[in-house]
Formats: sequence, C-alpha cells, structure tokens
Amino acid sequence: MPTIAVWKFTSCDGCQLTLLDCEDELLPLADQVHIAHFLEVTGASEPGPYDISIVEGSVTTPEEAERIRWIREQSAMLVVVGACATSGGVQALRNFADVDEFRSIVYASPEHISALDTSTPISAHVAVDHELRGCPIDRGQLLEVITALLAGRAPDLPDTSVCTDCKRRGLTCVMVSRGTPCLGPVTHAGCGALCPAVDRGCYGCFGPMTRPNAPALVPLLKRTGMSDDELELVFRTFNANAEWT
Amino acid sequence: MTHRANRTLQVAGLARVEGEGALHVRTTGGRVDEVRLDIYEPPRFFEAFLRGRNFREPPDITARICGICPVAYQMSACQAIEDACGVRVGGQLRALRRLLYCGEWISSHALHVYLLHAPDFLGFPDGIALAAADRATVERGLRLKKAGNRIMDLVGGRAIHPVNVRVGGFYRVPAPEELRGLTGTLREALYDALATAEWVAGFEFPDLDVPHDLLALREDDGYPLDRGTPHVSTGIDFPVSEFGDHVVEHQVPHSTALHARLDDRVFLVGPLARYSLNSDRLSLIAREAAAAVGLGTVCRNPFKSIVVRAVEIVYAIEEALSIIDSYERPEVPCVEVHPRAGTGHGATEAPRGLLYHRYDLGADGRVLAADIVPPTAQNQTAIEDDVTRVVRAHQHLDDHALQSLCEQTIRNHDPCISCSAHFLDFSREGT
Ligand code: SF4
Ligand code: SF4
Repeated sequence: MPTIAVWKFTSCDGCQLTLLDCEDELLPLADQVHIAHFLEVTGASEPGPYDISIVEGSVTTPEEAERIRWIREQSAMLVVVGACATSGGVQALRNFADVDEFRSIVYASPEHISALDTSTPISAHVAVDHELRGCPIDRGQLLEVITALLAGRAPDLPDTSVCTDCKRRGLTCVMVSRGTPCLGPVTHAGCGALCPAVDRGCYGCFGPMTRPNAPALVPLLKRTGMSDDELELVFRTFNANAEWT
Repeated sequence: MTHRANRTLQVAGLARVEGEGALHVRTTGGRVDEVRLDIYEPPRFFEAFLRGRNFREPPDITARICGICPVAYQMSACQAIEDACGVRVGGQLRALRRLLYCGEWISSHALHVYLLHAPDFLGFPDGIALAAADRATVERGLRLKKAGNRIMDLVGGRAIHPVNVRVGGFYRVPAPEELRGLTGTLREALYDALATAEWVAGFEFPDLDVPHDLLALREDDGYPLDRGTPHVSTGIDFPVSEFGDHVVEHQVPHSTALHARLDDRVFLVGPLARYSLNSDRLSLIAREAAAAVGLGTVCRNPFKSIVVRAVEIVYAIEEALSIIDSYERPEVPCVEVHPRAGTGHGATEAPRGLLYHRYDLGADGRVLAADIVPPTAQNQTAIEDDVTRVVRAHQHLDDHALQSLCEQTIRNHDPCISCSAHFLDFSREGT
C-alpha cells in the first residue's frame, strides 16, 4: 500500500482538518493507503521513506527549516497545502515588522521564545511537487490531488481566477451587480467562488493567480468604494508574502 | 508491579490533540516532582499584528488562530468589537449566529469523541484502527461531524474559516426554506447523538475528582454558547469587562502559551465547567439523555468529559432544530456598526471552553490593542494538576501504561495547542 504522511509546520491545523472533513471519503481512503504519520489523528509514527507527504504550515523556526529538508529527502511526492505552506500565511505579516518588538508585546520574557524573523513558504526551502492554495484548502481539490497521485496521473488544478469559478457557478458578478469590491479577478481559482455566493467580495484567501494584474484592478476597487488604507490591508492579510503584481 | 524510585516519562509529540505539545513527568520515590505540559507550537504573534488593522478584520483574522474552532474566534471577536462600538446584535441575527455555533460544537465534539478520545478508552491507537474493528460506529461519528459541517457550510459559507460572518451580522442571510433543508439531516443526527451518549457512557472511567474552580458563562435563556456572564463555581459572577481582573496570565519558561489563574486559583473551563454550572439550562431531550446515562447535575471527573460532550452534541442538535423551526429571514443581513474610540470585550463558549477577546479601538476604527485568552491557555495549569493526581494514584502501572493514561488525561480536555501558543498579556505581566 502507498504510504502517506501528513506534517504540520506553523499553522492553525485547518488544512489538515480538511482531510478529516472528507467524512464520506475518509474511511475508504484509509483502506487504500497506509498512514505513516499524522499526529493529529494517531500516535503511531513510522520512519520514512514515504510515497506522499502532505505538508501544512510555514517555516518560522530554525527547527522547522531543518525538518522540512529531512521530510523532502524521505518523500517521493511532496504536496504543500494552504496559504501558510504556499505563501507563509497570515503569520508572514511579521515579515513586514520588527519581530523583537512583536515578541515583547506577546511575552513578558521574550528571550525564551525562539522564532525566525520571517515566515516563509515551504518552496523557499525545498522543491515542491504540487501545491494547493487556500486558507483553508478546498476539500474537493484535496481529494483530487490524492486520487490523482494514487492513480499516477497529474492532478487537475486550474490556475485561473475566482471569476472563472463564479462563471462556472452561474453567479452574477458582485462588482458589476452590487458595486461590491472584489479581489476575484486576481485571486487563484479553486474555492468555487464561496464569497460571491454569499454576496461578499473575494478577499484573496487563495492568493494571487498565475500572472495576476492587481494594478489594473486597483482603480476598479477604488471606484467601488475601497479606501487606500483598505486596499493596502486587503492585499496584506492571508497571503501577504505572495506576489500580487 | 513497577514501583521504581525514580521515573521519568517523556512524550515528545502528543498525538490526537490540535497543535504541538509534549509531556514531561518526573517522580522520586512515591513523590511526583514535576509535571510539565510543554507547548512548543511556534508563536504566530496575532495580537501584535492585529494592531493597526481595521475594526472589521478581527473576525476573519482571528479565525485563523484555530482551524478547529474558527466560529468561536469569529463570535468572540464580533461581540467584543460590537461592544466597543455600542451595538448589540439580537433577534434572528443572533439566532443565526447561535445556529452557526451549534454547527461548530457538533462537528468539533464529534471529531474529538470518535477520532481523538474514544480510542483511548477502547485500547486502539487511533480512530482508523477503531474503524477497522467497528466501522459502523466510526461511520456514525463521521455522520454527526458531517451534520455539523453542513450547518456551517450553509450558514457560514464554509466549514473551516467561514466567509459569511461579519461585525454586525452576516453578508447574506439564508431563506427559511434553505435552513429547513437541514431538518431531515439533523433529525437523524439526533438519533446518532443519543446513541453516542449511550455508547460513551458504557466506557470504563478511571476515578478522578478534581477540586478546581469551574468557570463558564451562564445566561438567562438556555445553555451558554454565544454570550453570557462569567460564573464561577464558588458562587461569584463578574461582567465580561472584568475578565482581565480575575483571569491573569503569566509566562512560564517551558511554554509558548501563557498560564492563567482565576483570582489566584487553579481553575477549569470547558465541557465539565459548562455542564456543572448549567445542567439546569439544558433542553428537554439533552437533559433526559444526561439523566439516562447517569450524569448527575455536576460532573467533576475529567475522564467523563467525553460523556458531557456527547450530551452537548444532543443539546446543539436540539437547539439547531429549534432555531430553524422558528426562523424568519431578518430584513437586513447585518446591523450597521460605526467605529468609535473605546474598548470592547467579548466572551463565548468555544467547544473547549470560554474564549475571551478584548479590543481597544481608535476613533478611526483602527485596532490599537488586542487581547485574546483561549480556553487551553486557561486550562494548562489544571491539566498539569490532573496529570499529577493521576500519576500519584497509578504508580503501580508500568511506564507504558502510565504514559498512555497520562496522555488520555490530557486528551480529557481536548487541548487545542494551536490556539494557546502565543498568548499573552502585555499589560499585566508576571513571571
Ligand atoms: S492556510 Fe489558513 S487554514 Fe490552512 S493552516 Fe494556514 S491558517 Fe490554517
Ligand atoms: S472567494 Fe476569495 S476569499 Fe472567498 S473563499 Fe474564495 S478565494 Fe477565499
């Protein structure tokens, strides 16, 4: 049986929980693979090598930088999941700030806390075979990656924008019909246009699409009522460290 | 019988908990010298980077503290910010929030009961092995979890980090027909929940009776979920705005989480506290279920928290059904909230216990300071105390058995280590 290992780095656990949220598929999947490491689910942990490693979270400590190299060596396929792993996540906001000061705000004795000054994506440290975007990732996309890898084919993961998801669902554009500012035109597809479906503009949790053109979208966002302040904040949240231009 | 003079137990990576923690126990003779729950989950500095953000952002941002209980973060954040802005969300909007929260309780509790905790009682390494022996039972747990997620998908727009929640209410409120579409699933889930209570009540529970003070919200109408007044088992109540005067956190060297004390005493939040202080507030079927499985009105054995969780699943489903039954679509999806300078406090009952947020806002709506006190940070001292008691009472066990029992003792509290890492209090320090 192929072996799967699930690893956590700096994160909220939401992306690995997505695997457990596949309630109908979880037990059938467990029949087909051997789970060699998945600390949230089992204490049984086996040494490598692993056929597929799924990695959640970003690198924020020296120990994590070491550990990801070891995991890469042990894994035939490395799939990174979620905004933390693919761009550094919301904790990458430290990359724009003074971490010593952050530490002193949070802890009375900051010298006990070992953290790097930056939060970086897994790809800044090792080669990555596939990546799933999102904060959190989409259940369907996760199943697609696992099924494809088990079948030995390339996963089908469109790299277009959220607008494509909207069209596919037959949703009317929130920007055109309601004048709601929306990052959909520059945000990576994959969520199925969840925000427009609840009358909300996309806030970019899947990160930038391939070749995004944020500068072209900015005047539109302003016209629909976003202030300069809000504009800066919205690009600097869950994928702050990614390239939006 | 191993009754060795000196023992050291070390669990490097605690399994079946959320986040990264380790346990360290040392005994000399019959004496327990040291019990340490080490939290090595790297800090993410939420409170630091919340400063300067817009007052509408904390619900989405703080949701990312924990993927297992994002709704709790969103609800406590909304309440605190609305409090700062002088707004109180009521009526059907509040009911919808409660419904969303029920979804999270069902899903989070079902995950813990079936996949994380039950294997301890039945001698399996994990839920997958349990499923290999008793697939139908684990499938029942997954069905329950899915029912909770369906509520969150529908009301929140997504089960993990819902997209539909905002300060003041929601972006879109569902039509009554959409909610009624959940009724069939929830009615079936109610049977699964009752079967769950019966199943877990049949487990064998080690003896343990903890003396900690219990802290939970309490409110006039119903079991506490989305709001209430902090209430302590010693009989005192205090307003949410005084939370910081009573619960004081301090840093300990072995942890990236901060330890807390309530009026300088060890205390516990979570299902045991909630149930023991509110069993009279349960709905009809949940109350009958509690009686049927022999839970008294107070439960102080943490090993039985799994039974309390099962009863709370019953409650959450019953409550969800009743909200759906009397639901009318609100006229507006959200009440208007205008920023103003001031401080706001929020407290709600996350699946793991009371979750407190405080925000200081500037007149322009910027966050000037944030303080977040998650349940596991409050419970860390009580958890270590439980482990100490368990080790003392079970010295005759061999290392392997004692270690398993210690891990089970920790899992009694469903610790969420992702939540606790990085918490902090900058105004009231003390190490
Ligand atoms: S990407 Fe978002 S959901 Fe996934 S682990 Fe990171 S914070 Fe959590
Ligand atoms: S619409 Fe945008 S913000 Fe909303 S879930 Fe999809 S990618 Fe994330």
